[in-house]
Amino acid sequence: MNIRTRRALATFALVGLVPALAACSSSDAPGTAEDTPVPAESPAATELSGTVTLVTHDSFALSDGLLESFESETGLDVEHVAAGDAGTLVNQLVLTQGSPLGDVVYGVDNTFASRAADAGVFEPYTPADLDASVGAQTEEGLEGLTAIDRGDVCLNVDTVWFEDAGLEPPAGLEDLTDPAYADLTVVTNPATSSPGFAFLLATVSAFGEDGWQDYWAELADNGLRVTDGWSDAYYVDFSGAGEGGERPIVLSYATSPAFTVTEDGSGSTTAALLDTCFRQVEYAGVLAGTDNPDGARALVDFLASEQVQADIPENMYMYPADETVELPAEWEQFAPLAENPYEVPAQEIAEHRDEWIQQWTATVIG
Amino acid sequence: MDGHGHRLTHVATGSALRRRPRWAWLGWGLAAGVPLVFLAVFFGWPVVALVVQGFFADDGVGGRVLDLSGFAEVLSQPRTWRVIGQTLAQATVGTLLSVLLGLPGAYLLYRCRFPGRTLARGLVTVPFVLPTVVVGVAFRHLFTPSGPLGWLGWEESFAAVVVALVFFNYSVVVRTVGGLWERLDPRAEQAARALGATPWRAFRTVTLPALGPAIASAASVVFLFCSTAFGVVLVLGGMRYGTIETEIWIRTTQFLDLRAAAVLSVLQLVVVVAALLVSARLRTRRERALQLTGERSGAHPLDLRTVRDALPAAVTAVVVAGLIAFPLAGLLLRSLRGPDGAWSLANYVALGTTGGRNALSVTVWEATANSLRIATLATVIAVVVGGLVVLVVSRRPRQRGLRRAVGGLDAVFMLPLGVSAVTVGFGFLITLDRPLGFDVDLRTSGLLVPIAQAVVAIPLVVRTMLPVLRAIDPRLREAAAVLGARPGRVLASIDLALAARSLGLAVGFAFAVSLGEFGATSFLARPDAATLPVVIFRLIGQPGAENYGMALAASVVLAVLTATVMMVAERMRGDTGGGEF
Repeated sequence: MNIRTRRALATFALVGLVPALAACSSSDAPGTAEDTPVPAESPAATELSGTVTLVTHDSFALSDGLLESFESETGLDVEHVAAGDAGTLVNQLVLTQGSPLGDVVYGVDNTFASRAADAGVFEPYTPADLDASVGAQTEEGLEGLTAIDRGDVCLNVDTVWFEDAGLEPPAGLEDLTDPAYADLTVVTNPATSSPGFAFLLATVSAFGEDGWQDYWAELADNGLRVTDGWSDAYYVDFSGAGEGGERPIVLSYATSPAFTVTEDGSGSTTAALLDTCFRQVEYAGVLAGTDNPDGARALVDFLASEQVQADIPENMYMYPADETVELPAEWEQFAPLAENPYEVPAQEIAEHRDEWIQQWTATVIG
Repeated sequence: MDGHGHRLTHVATGSALRRRPRWAWLGWGLAAGVPLVFLAVFFGWPVVALVVQGFFADDGVGGRVLDLSGFAEVLSQPRTWRVIGQTLAQATVGTLLSVLLGLPGAYLLYRCRFPGRTLARGLVTVPFVLPTVVVGVAFRHLFTPSGPLGWLGWEESFAAVVVALVFFNYSVVVRTVGGLWERLDPRAEQAARALGATPWRAFRTVTLPALGPAIASAASVVFLFCSTAFGVVLVLGGMRYGTIETEIWIRTTQFLDLRAAAVLSVLQLVVVVAALLVSARLRTRRERALQLTGERSGAHPLDLRTVRDALPAAVTAVVVAGLIAFPLAGLLLRSLRGPDGAWSLANYVALGTTGGRNALSVTVWEATANSLRIATLATVIAVVVGGLVVLVVSRRPRQRGLRRAVGGLDAVFMLPLGVSAVTVGFGFLITLDRPLGFDVDLRTSGLLVPIAQAVVAIPLVVRTMLPVLRAIDPRLREAAAVLGARPGRVLASIDLALAARSLGLAVGFAFAVSLGEFGATSFLARPDAATLPVVIFRLIGQPGAENYGMALAASVVLAVLTATVMMVAERMRGDTGGGEF
């Protein structure tokens, strides 16, 4: 690619635009799905060849060699394209619907997936022999997608701060409006941050469509701080990050305490409040218009396979969708999932997303 | 004073023109055409396509109808007007402050000689490329109530946003103005002084007007940067200080509300075009041939006993120390502390890894190599395309229509700085799947990242080189032509020779822009070749003291890389053969 690109550039500089465009040709032409018959069964038996392009958000990573072994087993070439954060990814898929960026997408989550599904971005496909636990995470309207991993967005507390202050950490959402916890909380803006939006959904689920705005008004009165992005909240405002922050309650993930384990490994200086969590599920799916439907299905099968499922915790720091897969030992201790997370159906999220964010902005920012 | 001379040269060039071969016109056509096609394909078309998509709604039966009701809706919201006001206020104040503080800086760093000058020149460029997320976090640490500047009460304030904007853009003014100032023949000012003018009066009536085009040039770039600033506005100002740019970002990336985004994009364009018109007006009024010197003979040893040197030195010291070195030092010191808070190089050692709990899929060094490779490509594209633009735009044809066209070309190439990166990035997605009908999906080819960065770098290349080329006395070219030099020869020995001097600076700027570019890059679907800003963004988006420390260490690497590139670029200026001017 390197030499090719350089040569293309020289040509470009000399002759103009057109040769450069032709010289960097990639192998996949836009889709011709209409004339390809679409068998519903798993493609395991079919002969596979060609290139499959996997479009993901920026956080996709697998152990070295895993994708390569898939390539050598199937004879497929996998090209990986990273397309920004989860929200950007979905919008890109919707915009490029007629001429998809690739063959398979991974990383669409339940807060965004309906937008893409409603726009007809996916070609329904479900791998055969999935564990029942995976199917259970596939919601109404998202049947054509396959759950790959999940995680919880939760409030985290600085346990050291609360010990020093002689204060019991809050247990659930209601506690945060208690004057005892005034000026202690920092969350992110749902209009600009995806954990922020997940947390807004948790409150919608907890207080109902009629109650959540009152809750936020009380939070705001109790000295809530809202930042634009996660980094800002965690590293500037949160006391548990060790960077001089002053607020001991922050919006983050259930897995975050695993990053603040003490040097001797005996405990963590932060903890997730498991009664404040919203469950995020990330899906993979075949993109409508793919020109290699068999290869695309094989790749989805691979992402749902035990091999990849077992690789997800260490590489992407999410829980595999398949609950039968064994987890690293320390996860039990430092990164447990919530038992009863808050949930909002994907369809409902898609319907109300803009409205809720606007109401939130009016209530909290003014 | 030169009415007589002018008449003479008119006659001379008139005959030179008649002898101009046809292929010269072809050459100029190509020189203007290649950049125009480049800009049309990689900027104009994507932006127009996305905006147009916003103005068409589904008609319910599978077709699309023009729907301009978005204008009425968006314009009737009070928030829209607040946002426009905010954008103008922020960009105007940011630009004024950058120019006011940058002028003494340009004088000190380009007109005076003192030990450590090269280093200081490198240092002031660093902010220009630092990822906004890092700068945002660094500045917020300063402004939190417990931070070193907490007593100012600037948390979530207009002041904090403006300070950060000046932090980013100071070097644009210093370098653009300094580049011309250092070549300004000091004898004009000396003559004024000899005739009894006070230093201030000599500066105001002789030097300042001569610097006018460069100042207007720098101010227009800074204005566009300020009005499209995004990350830093959100981090330091919050939603209350939303600008047109942040609104477009939220409408497009969060709501996929292309209808409102299209209206906002048009509003943004109106603001930008108005700013460019004002700047062009200021420039042409001031524009004239200048007496440029060869090597930096204009620079003199810094003499702090004179007010002339002491005042700029004091202002610049305060700005560089307080505004630039202070936040940067905070970053540097923190990057030198290990997870336990003790001094250590652990964060730098960790750059060879993929971060705590595999935060990254490549090591930071691999990302650095990616960044350098991509930046080299982007720089080549930007300098070739930008160079052609400069060549054409530096001409002053006598025909009115042609002169207008040249001015228009100049303005058009500034637009990428003033149009939202989101609009460009999303526009790429819907246009470049089969560019010009070729069966090539350019969107995921990997070549698009350097191209997108070049589009942003071209205006800087143009603005850096143009003041120098425009200052060439046209009589020089005419004289060469009269003496029998063919047009190609005139171009090579006058235009190119002089342009080469500002080439180093232009290359440095283009490289720096590309190294630090994150906006447009982050909206492209790119093959897995993460750049340095991308991995920094990833690291600082993960919990864990180790990842945070690595993000800062990687930022320091980016800063050092930029400063080095800029210092080397300054050294590689073609200064030979300039003696005859």
